[in-house]
Amino acid sequence: MPGYNDAFKDIPGTTVFDATQSRLGYHLNMFCMSLMKAENRAAFKADERGYLAQFPMSDAQRQAVLDRDYNRMIALGGNIYFLAKIGATDGHSFQNLAAKMTGMSEEAYRSMMIAGGRPAQGHRSRSDPSR
Amino acid sequence: MARITAGVTSSHVPAVGAALDLGKTADPYWQPLFAGFEASKRWMAEHTPDVVVLVYNDHASAFSLEVVPTFAIGCAASFPPADEGWGPRPVPVVEGHPELAWHIAQSTILDEFDMTIVNRMDVDHGLTVPLSLMFGQPARWPCKVIPLAVNVVQYPPPTGNRCFQLGKAIRRAVESFDADLDVQVWGTGGMSHQLQGPRAGLINREFDTMFLDRLVADPEGLAQLPHVDYVREAGSEGIELVMWLIMRGALAPDAREVYRFYHVPASNTAVGHLILENPT
Repeated sequence: MPGYNDAFKDIPGTTVFDATQSRLGYHLNMFCMSLMKAENRAAFKADERGYLAQFPMSDAQRQAVLDRDYNRMIALGGNIYFLAKIGATDGHSFQNLAAKMTGMSEEAYRSMMIAGGRPAQGHRSRSDPSR
Repeated sequence: MARITAGVTSSHVPAVGAALDLGKTADPYWQPLFAGFEASKRWMAEHTPDVVVLVYNDHASAFSLEVVPTFAIGCAASFPPADEGWGPRPVPVVEGHPELAWHIAQSTILDEFDMTIVNRMDVDHGLTVPLSLMFGQPARWPCKVIPLAVNVVQYPPPTGNRCFQLGKAIRRAVESFDADLDVQVWGTGGMSHQLQGPRAGLINREFDTMFLDRLVADPEGLAQLPHVDYVREAGSEGIELVMWLIMRGALAPDAREVYRFYHVPASNTAVGHLILENPT
């Protein structure tokens, strides 16, 4: 399907979880999946580096997890539904993670949402920022 | 014969489940949202079906990246609530309808839809939040539920048209099941929302309103919308809306809108909700 994946790349601030991202992030996402079990969450919290070492991830992926740098994790193949399990382990809401990724304070992000959210206008296209 | 009587669409925001489970429904932030579903609960009390075919997406709960089925139908007798990282939601176990589920699986596969049959599956907020919104907090869910999980996490998800056509196949399946059953089909997820990256928080009321209008009046045309338009206009997680087309395909072309509700925000998301009734 030529062009299918490329069409999404014009959308700003957005990473589509396509085959490339999925292959890149497989072990990062499978680490996240392990946090579905309470005993694994406890083991991760007790020794984050040691726990991450069990998964065949890149050093950059491990560091992004330790830094809780969600945008970096997404760039390295993480998918938000998997990454949310790190947030849940930390006791953070989805809104808290979303605020982090936008670079806003949680309060400012929450206020933006109450005011109707981020408008589509001006956020549709990299090639035409006026759209 | 079994018959499809009504369709419901609803967002399935996890924070809505948390608000319910933690007794926060009267908080000023949440009150308008739950108030919008009061009429739905009253309607549901008078139209409780025997079975709901509940179309939703799993959020990396039952399916990791090891196996990613495009369409998966739950044929088990029961489905426990999933532990999504903070313990399972305190909601009843979901009881399935194995006979009808297997019939739908067989019928749709022979109808050339390659369904994945699932006999063991934990169900996450995608399935349980809509149940809570429509039924409240009963000790036991008042009907059987057949989970139909659609992949919208790993690209490519199914096209809108494929979803719409699957809905029609589900209708043919239900109407050929030899038992007197009242069946509803629910489509969940959406509406506009983006949970990832610097563009998180995107909401597009104009798109959502268009989607609601056309889902009722022009589903055939709406089913042609390409994926990139969902992501551009409704945010990366707005792609969940393709699942609503399965519900719509399962209902009659002249199904009637009996209720609509729209609210911004629930956490990061625009909540949209429709009830459609089939002509009797």
